[in-house]
Amino acid sequence: MADLNTTFIGIKSPNPFWLASAPPTDKEYNVRRAYQAGWGGVVWKTLGEDGPPVVNVNGPRYGAIWGADRRLLGLNNIELITDRPLEVNLREIKQVKRDWRDRALVVSLMVPCTEDSWKAILKRVEETDADGVELNFGCPHGMAERGMGSAVGQVPEYIEMVTRWCKENTRMPVIVKLTPNIADIRKPAEAALRGGADAVSLINTINSITSVDLDLFAPQPTLDGKGTHGGYCGPAVKPIALNMVAEIARNPATRGLPISGIGGVTTWRDAAEFMALGAGNVQVCTAVMTYGFKIVQEMISGLSDYMDAKGFTSTSDLVGRAVPNVTDWQYLNLNYVTKAVISQADCIKCGRCYAACEDTSHQAIAMSADRVFTVKEEECVACNLCVDVCPVAGCITMRELAPGEVDKRTGRATAAYANWTTHPNNPSARAAE
Amino acid sequence: MTNSQLTPGVAAGRLDAAHLAANFADVAPPLGMYEARVAADRCYFCFDAPCVTACPTSIDIPLFIRQIATDTPEAAARTIFAQNILGGTCARVCPTENLCEGACVREAAEGKPVEIGALQRFATDRLMAAGGHPFTRAAPTGRKVAVVGAGPAGLSCAHRLALLGHAVTLYDARPKAGGLNEYGLAAYKVPGGFAQAEVEWLLKIGGIAVVSGWALGREGSLDDLRAGHDAVFLGIGLGGVNALGLAGEQLDQVLPATDFIRELRQASDLAQLPVGRDVVVVGGGMTAIDAAVQSKLLGAENVTIVYRRSQAEMPASRHEQDHATASGVKIIPNAAPVAIFGAGAVREVEFAYTRPGPKGLELTSQTFRLKADQLFTAIGQRLAGTPVPLALDGNKIAVTGAGRTSLPNVWAGGDCAVGGDDLTVTAVAEGRDVAMDIHASLKGA
Ligand SMILES: Cc1cc2nc3c(=O)[nH]c(=O)nc-3n(C[C@H](O)[C@H](O)[C@H](O)COP(=O)(O)OP(=O)(O)OC[C@H]3O[C@@H](n4cnc5c(N)ncnc54)[C@H](O)[C@@H]3O)c2cc1C
Ligand SMILES: Cc1cc2nc3c(=O)[nH]c(=O)nc-3n(C[C@H](O)[C@H](O)[C@H](O)COP(=O)(O)O)c2cc1C
Ligand code: SF4
Repeated sequence: MADLNTTFIGIKSPNPFWLASAPPTDKEYNVRRAYQAGWGGVVWKTLGEDGPPVVNVNGPRYGAIWGADRRLLGLNNIELITDRPLEVNLREIKQVKRDWRDRALVVSLMVPCTEDSWKAILKRVEETDADGVELNFGCPHGMAERGMGSAVGQVPEYIEMVTRWCKENTRMPVIVKLTPNIADIRKPAEAALRGGADAVSLINTINSITSVDLDLFAPQPTLDGKGTHGGYCGPAVKPIALNMVAEIARNPATRGLPISGIGGVTTWRDAAEFMALGAGNVQVCTAVMTYGFKIVQEMISGLSDYMDAKGFTSTSDLVGRAVPNVTDWQYLNLNYVTKAVISQADCIKCGRCYAACEDTSHQAIAMSADRVFTVKEEECVACNLCVDVCPVAGCITMRELAPGEVDKRTGRATAAYANWTTHPNNPSARAAE
Repeated sequence: MTNSQLTPGVAAGRLDAAHLAANFADVAPPLGMYEARVAADRCYFCFDAPCVTACPTSIDIPLFIRQIATDTPEAAARTIFAQNILGGTCARVCPTENLCEGACVREAAEGKPVEIGALQRFATDRLMAAGGHPFTRAAPTGRKVAVVGAGPAGLSCAHRLALLGHAVTLYDARPKAGGLNEYGLAAYKVPGGFAQAEVEWLLKIGGIAVVSGWALGREGSLDDLRAGHDAVFLGIGLGGVNALGLAGEQLDQVLPATDFIRELRQASDLAQLPVGRDVVVVGGGMTAIDAAVQSKLLGAENVTIVYRRSQAEMPASRHEQDHATASGVKIIPNAAPVAIFGAGAVREVEFAYTRPGPKGLELTSQTFRLKADQLFTAIGQRLAGTPVPLALDGNKIAVTGAGRTSLPNVWAGGDCAVGGDDLTVTAVAEGRDVAMDIHASLKGA
């Protein structure tokens, strides 16, 4: 059993699995049960400023996308920050932290854009002995319209300013939570770093309309005939989140800035992928909202087995390991040539590869009268669409041409590494050195 | 080959080697990786899942299935073995339709439960094939425990005790450990020497000394064991069988189904094992089904199970019954044997139809006869004598709580003790729970 103890910006937790700021972390009852189930840490549901709390809608607040067997693939919500009194939340945070010293407890915050507002709330959070704060600059609905959440997160200057206020007004570590509803995720991360952030966490939810009721002609979830855009999360958003994490991890301007990875983490493997791309830990929301707190047991056993198999003794051996291999398109090796190979022993003759290649790709698969499918190497551009649409895992594979082997499509023998920057077709190519 | 299915009387080699091999091959071949993934994907990860409640060993089924779904079958196997160290056998022989799969919410919703048994086998096979043992023994406690009977109850108890650091001596009257795993379960459920492989794997925990050929009441007494150990566990199963109580029962080829099965399980060459052309089995449980099906698989021409109550009341599960009829066995319900005919060996058995009466089953005047070269009785097992001076409850050892007998420092579990179904998985659960109770009492002492 590998050691999963993780220290993230000085905050210790017995494993890198934290719950994201959301309904699962909305109150003491949940958080205690989450710790009991084995979660390493939580980011408490976002607190707002003192005074009458926000109100939520009283109709449906979620929309969902499912697979055929009702597997929840994507979730959309129009919930706001906590609707419980600040007092109550702070009292509960203090009690929980007192009883669970070994678990991480970070408090998510969102208050109006004035230094005094932030100063006031930071002081009160410090009194709870919480391990740190997370600034919610991400919420895409409801709060943004009030000049908070993603309204701040979309303007790097505001991020920098608020982060600086916070760093100047508290000894607690500050995590800045980023919204993905922005063209270039590196900009807000750079701003957070300039403001003194100890870490960034991402992603918050993505602006979305899940579906439209074709009888009511209204977006879903529908309340009294109307709907609004909400925040998308769950397995569907993971690829978007992974890219954003990687962009920050490999950006020279933010290299080394700790990242807490969020977005669609559902299994140990998702967590490991985020960590390989540079996340020091992960946060989970939709997966526990779908399956309950217990899934952390699978995450723990899975990550531990994986680390044992790899010979990793600490999560830091994994964190960032894939970052050097994330590059820009123009540096990919254009002399790396592969060809699809269909294993006749595994082929079940459904013809999906043929439909995909013949109708939409490069007409590189031949089909005989008795439904034998073979690759025409002289046509195959190695896009691997056939691999992706084949229902039998491992039936179609990509064969790497041997050194010196002639690519039947181009008539050229494979050669040493060369990329677009030096390619003859590139108008701005530099001469090969 | 000179014999065939039509050879009269009791004869060996009714089928050729290839047929026999095919007939006794794995009845439920293991899932491949892809099949396992698809099967695992169907689990809803229910909260407080009914399947877990229905499993006598309370395996965390949703968790292990999720571990399979996330490509960590060995973690899945550890989840299983933590509750049930004989999870490999149970995956093969549990009547899951009455247990976990019967409770699956998808059984209720669609009549198609998650294939829990097959998934359990997928996971346990993988970990066992990897060779090592998933648990590490605690530091020795210096306490000594005698476990009598190396069936599922005894093995499970011994393993848990050893895990906790106690020194276990595991006694069994027979030459091989495993109990009915080795001598009773249908050959096609546990092919390939699985029972012995599993015992060997289980013993890798260390701290268990196996003494075979040692019978309580023959090689030693309970008092001897109590004198030499801090605690004694009895998992001696039910070695005796109930008799029909009919004239003719002493005829040749009238024998307990369990004897026939034991011989079959130990046969090194099934082509040498004789079986009748006409075989009749009396009973309605798993033993009756297994004797009948395996007779058929050996090449008997006509095999009939006769059960005294209705088919719905048969203790064997519906799945087992269907397996029997699909194998060509005929099931006649509502009939009881009244006479056995033959000279030297059995030739015919007469049955009377039954009907429910005010004082239980009554025989009607309608009778029929079945030809029988062999008559196997499978109408229940009992303690073989009473090798132990313990209070009984009916024909089983009386226990309270976690298997506590009437004597201090003596526990009992599995088939020999009262309570629970006579199933492998129940024996495992009881053996494990007794071990925990023994552990608690040794710590407290
Ligand atoms: C034919 C048959 C088929 C079955 N099929 C299934 C099935 O498919 N699925 C299922 O769940 N259950 C099945 N069962 C039931 C299952 O096998 C038993 O419930 C289970 O084996 C009970 O375990 P146990 O450890 O209590 O006893 P056993 O398995 O009977 O083991 C008892 C052990 O004690 C030893 N012993 C007995 N007396 C002494 C003594 N005096 N001294 C020393 N050692 C002694 C015996 O040699 C034996 O090894 C079947 C039973 C039979 C008979
Ligand atoms: C119902 C709901 C409420 C949320 N509320 C908050 C919140 O108050 N503060 C916050 O920072 N993020 C909030 N989030 C976003 C999550 O913390 C998380 O960033 C997002 O759901 C992506 O992770 P996931 O794919 O694991 O769900 C909320 C998400 C959901 C589904
Ligand atoms: S009851 Fe069925 S679907 Fe639910 S957890 Fe158990 S196996 Fe899965």
